[in-house]
Amino acid sequence: MPSITRHRRFMATAVAVTLGATTLAACGGSDDDSEAQSGPAKLTYWTWTPGMDKVVDLWNEGPGKEQQITVTVKKQASGDTLVTKILTAHKAGKGPDLVQAEYQALPTLVSNDAVADIAEEAGDAKSKFADGVWQQTTLGSDAVYAIPQDIGPMMFYYREDLFEKYGLTVPKTWDEFAETARKLKKEDPDVDLTTFSANDSGLFAGLAQQAGAQWWTTEGQKWKVGIDDAATRKVADFWGGLVKEGAVDNQPMYTPAWNKALNTGKQIAWVSAVWAPGTLTTAAPDTKGKWKVAPLPQWSSSENTTGSWGGSSTAVTTDSDNKGAAAKFAAWLNTDPDALTALAKEGGIYPAATTAQTSDAFAEPPAFFSNQADFYTTASEIAKTTAPSAWGPNVNVAYTTFKDAFGAAAKNKSDFGDALKTMQDDTVADMKKQGFEVAE
Amino acid sequence: MTTARRKSYGVKGAPYAFLFPATILFALFFALPIGYAVWLSLHKVQVKGLGLGSGARSEVWAGFENYTDALTDSELLAGTLRVLGYGAIVVPLMLGLALVFALMLDSDKVRLAPFTRLAIFLPYAIPGVVAALLWGFLYLPDVSPFYFVLEKLGLPQPDLLDGGGLYAALSNIAVWGGTGFNMIVIYTSLRAIPVEVYEAAKLDGATPLQIALKIKIPMVAPSLVLTFFFSIIATLQVFSEPTTLKPLTNSVSTTWSPLMKVYRDAFGEGDIYSAAAGAVIIAVATLILSFGFLRAANSRNKQEAAR
Repeated sequence: MPSITRHRRFMATAVAVTLGATTLAACGGSDDDSEAQSGPAKLTYWTWTPGMDKVVDLWNEGPGKEQQITVTVKKQASGDTLVTKILTAHKAGKGPDLVQAEYQALPTLVSNDAVADIAEEAGDAKSKFADGVWQQTTLGSDAVYAIPQDIGPMMFYYREDLFEKYGLTVPKTWDEFAETARKLKKEDPDVDLTTFSANDSGLFAGLAQQAGAQWWTTEGQKWKVGIDDAATRKVADFWGGLVKEGAVDNQPMYTPAWNKALNTGKQIAWVSAVWAPGTLTTAAPDTKGKWKVAPLPQWSSSENTTGSWGGSSTAVTTDSDNKGAAAKFAAWLNTDPDALTALAKEGGIYPAATTAQTSDAFAEPPAFFSNQADFYTTASEIAKTTAPSAWGPNVNVAYTTFKDAFGAAAKNKSDFGDALKTMQDDTVADMKKQGFEVAE
Repeated sequence: MTTARRKSYGVKGAPYAFLFPATILFALFFALPIGYAVWLSLHKVQVKGLGLGSGARSEVWAGFENYTDALTDSELLAGTLRVLGYGAIVVPLMLGLALVFALMLDSDKVRLAPFTRLAIFLPYAIPGVVAALLWGFLYLPDVSPFYFVLEKLGLPQPDLLDGGGLYAALSNIAVWGGTGFNMIVIYTSLRAIPVEVYEAAKLDGATPLQIALKIKIPMVAPSLVLTFFFSIIATLQVFSEPTTLKPLTNSVSTTWSPLMKVYRDAFGEGDIYSAAAGAVIIAVATLILSFGFLRAANSRNKQEAAR
């Protein structure tokens, strides 16, 4: 019996999601003439950033009021769930005007014709962003599909006190990182430097990106999938080796056990991104003021690059009746100094706009890192070294395959190369099934 | 004349008038979504070239392609086998416990029956996701009080989130949550047995054990069939427990159970067409299996009645 009700509930949710998407959009649908550049407009904005309503209030009471463009925030779930919801709403022709989208989701949204090209209205914003960030919103074309909002440059976090206790130095290269992990195991077999977690594909994608991987590229009218390329293989083999010899843990992140390991010093480092202080605050509250941040270890000592993990943008949908007005708002939200300060304060985001990264909002380090006064200066220096990324139209498929294949490989301590091949094969097979032209 | 005519018209139309709301609701919220799911399962997306920009993607007729893909996908079969293994533990254990508890509660010598009944039933009132979260914490060695005690006592600490332990862990959640409900169903039908039957048995010199085995169990057989039927459906459609445990371990893949595969197809990979085909296959399999069982149980009952 339990599962009858549960199954019904599942079906009901599925229906509710669809219906919800329709009604939500219907509430916020704009009722004005289509191609109006500005003028009276009511826009809906789907976002998961906390406190976004307060940032939007700034617009509605300031520039929005002058231009008679009112924006309403509809709070959403983050990540892939929202992508599905946007696509469903778009299918019904009832999408909102603006959506928050992770960079890696943009090709999927563009491929589904769900987000509009706003090059004409917002192309000027380009100068405010680093090239590598901006390029993710153009997909290498002349079009502009979104305005970058926040970025997640990857950094290396470590427990300063425990590194000292175990006589470790901060690794500058991945070789040193492996040595550090081994040395720590010798010092105390119960303590791990970190874990290889297979439950967040963004981490692996960022590490591959740092190594120079280009997972999706185009050759004329054909896609080329390079998940199984030399750079990614190097990353996979490196972590697979560490897991196999037991130098690092193989349990997933974001579990109660992981929180405890961080909080009690059983894991003393974390390869993460600029947003880590927020996660650490809740996961390891007792370790406040004991962590430090350093650049990610490099593949060779002469290099200085990082990958990105997370980050999102603001896109205008093709369903919007007021694309001009929506693009204006998107540009304001992500380039206006007041808006960016409010975003940092209310939403806790790390802005993509370069000037904002050194603004007053980032003068002080996060409370959890009160011991490291130069936290944000370091972060903005690291952000400049972000390697370009190359996303394709079925990142979601690659990501779910990653979770299963690498989850099993981490569990069995088996060859990560095989898992990578599965990821490549499944991604290519899905693209072919959908009818994409894929170069071999 | 007029009144008579109106009256006859009213009587004729009455059944339809009464049926109307139910029919509309059935059509809107049952037949239509199912029909749409079937329609989706027969279609797929066709992309041209790079698939970027408008008009590059269209929905085309796929025939049974989604079905053949799903049926030849080794993960669906593997998931089905995993679920059957899970069901082989859950169903006998849960129904066995439910029957034993019901019989014990029904015996004359029991004390604190209302309290015990409520205590056994209570876990059923806890939503599946919450139960899975709660047990998930207890299964994680680093945060579980059980493991703390085991460690202090120097006993072996089994890994409940891997291999065979995972089946035990998942089954435990289902048994913990489902026993109470099934017990109530069986217990209720036990209470419906007339007292005279027991009196007659006692006069014939039957022991309480004999009464339980030879009278009570055969007489509650229809309830056992019913609970078995529900449990089979529950097993085939297990979703929330493994989904909730998934983030805690590498052992639960996104396609651990067939329904999880449907969810992954729809919400993880954005392929609603394959998801629809998977959902239809699961629904049909569930129907065949459960009605097959019901028929078998009914024909056996009829045979017994004829004897």
